Amino acid sequence: MSLTADEVKKIAHLARLGIDETDIDAYASDLSNMLDLMTQMGETNTDEIQPMAHPMDQMQRLRPDVVTEKNQREHFQSIAPQTEAGLYLVPKVLD
Amino acid sequence: MHNKTITELAKGLRAKEYSSVELTQAYLDRIKKYQDLNCYITVAEENALEQAKLADSQLASADSALLTGIPIAQKDIFCTQGIKTSCGSKMLDNFIAPYNATVIEKFNADNAVMLGKLNMDEFAMGSSNETSFYGAVQNPWDTDTVPGGSSGGSASAIAARLTVAATGTDTGGSIRQPASLCGITGLKPTYGRVSRFGMIAFASSLDQGGPMARSAEDAAILMQTMAGFDTKDSTSVDRAVPDYSAGLNNSLEGLKIGLPKEFFSQDLNNDIASAIESAINEYKKLGAEVKEVSLPNMKLAIPAYYVIASAECSANLSRYDGVRFGHRCHSPADLNDLYTRSRGEAFGAEVKRRILMGTYALSAGYYDAYYIKAQKVRCLISEDFSRALSEVDVLMGPVSPSTAFDIGEKTDDPIEMYLADIYTIAINLAGLPAMSLPSGFADSKPVGLQVIGNYFSEDRLLNIAHQYQQVTDWHQQTPKGFE
Repeated sequence: MSLTADEVKKIAHLARLGIDETDIDAYASDLSNMLDLMTQMGETNTDEIQPMAHPMDQMQRLRPDVVTEKNQREHFQSIAPQTEAGLYLVPKVLD
Repeated sequence: MHNKTITELAKGLRAKEYSSVELTQAYLDRIKKYQDLNCYITVAEENALEQAKLADSQLASADSALLTGIPIAQKDIFCTQGIKTSCGSKMLDNFIAPYNATVIEKFNADNAVMLGKLNMDEFAMGSSNETSFYGAVQNPWDTDTVPGGSSGGSASAIAARLTVAATGTDTGGSIRQPASLCGITGLKPTYGRVSRFGMIAFASSLDQGGPMARSAEDAAILMQTMAGFDTKDSTSVDRAVPDYSAGLNNSLEGLKIGLPKEFFSQDLNNDIASAIESAINEYKKLGAEVKEVSLPNMKLAIPAYYVIASAECSANLSRYDGVRFGHRCHSPADLNDLYTRSRGEAFGAEVKRRILMGTYALSAGYYDAYYIKAQKVRCLISEDFSRALSEVDVLMGPVSPSTAFDIGEKTDDPIEMYLADIYTIAINLAGLPAMSLPSGFADSKPVGLQVIGNYFSEDRLLNIAHQYQQVTDWHQQTPKGFE
């Protein structure tokens, strides 16, 4: 299985991940090698097998619906790249 | 002082042979002296000395813990309030965590001293510590070689006596493999045994924190503090924590050891194979019985792991968006540019490879073929272990197919690096506990023996390790120049 440069660009876009134009061929080659490794799984029949998402067979825990966290907005925003009036700033989304 | 165990140091503190401040300063001096090893990303000198001062006053009172005043170090994946937590990445080079990981809180509650934050592969993705934004770590046994990874800073620092013990995390072997390559003792606990709250996520169904130390006895002491249920971690297991030191001296008479034949194939280096064989013989002398077992699906562990780990990594690392914390690019043109450039500038090549791989495996049209398939294979691998562990008490084999390799030797070929995880990653897929114990040398470099147990058998594993360390002295060897 081999991935083309265009496919790598598409995946990078899905992941919102900037990659240098000059590195795309190398990523295509590495990912293709990884996919070759992964196709080895196809040799084993798993039709009757349940997918295992997690090592522990347990239910999601529930807790009483009570407030446990206090508001720490200023504390958390103190490490943000850009904030104003208690809001995180990002480039304009709507014109 | 730097050659003493935790128990010995704790006695020395109480006998007033030295204070925690003096002990901490001695370690800080060593860290400075051997800084070329590049074990620490952050040395928390001021904070450590303050903690030591507080510990000294605690030691005078009756209710101090065994770890009170003992200087240890933390892998830089555990969030520490007020002290940089980088996870080995440029993305978090400016990140001062606003809260402590549960593991950190637990060590703080014991008044242990934190010397600093240890180097690691970027976001724990690597088996050589070479993917760190802060540069490669050297292995004190041969400074041209890697310490293993991803907890490479932890393993190297312990081997070089730059801390008595440390934390590590293990997603596919990241505690055991560096422990093996640096000749120290490491324990990867059962999934869910140690809280993951505040431990920066790589692959959430595989990640598990654990102790690294020179001996099983010291690892048991750290494990006692680290283990336990945590309501802040939804996958934490609510189960009583045993006394990990209580059973260390139990006899191994009648212990049933299984040797998975897939661990001893022709690919295994001869010198490593004979070191492992000698270790097994020691166990026979201690009263253990040995039989061959099989894990028939082990060859599929690498492909299944690299699908699952990459998929979970791509989801977990989507939080780094340049908006709330971490690196942000200069003057983004629009939102897409903000995300794309912030992430592109701050992630290294290996992290990018895995995000791309994971995104592909989870994308429409490929989800069943890769992700679901890998989860089914994971089930088969887990069943293999259940079957084998119903016949025997523990499994034993090598940790790594090679000893420490040269810095730069495998960086050009990611696949070759992945294949080196062959003996460790299946254990993470199953969620089992396992240890790495120093068990000799091959070509003057340390070899680790892996001991794999059933779920929540950490106390038994530590007992098995400790008994071996009573009749061998591999764990007491010191790299030349670091005595």
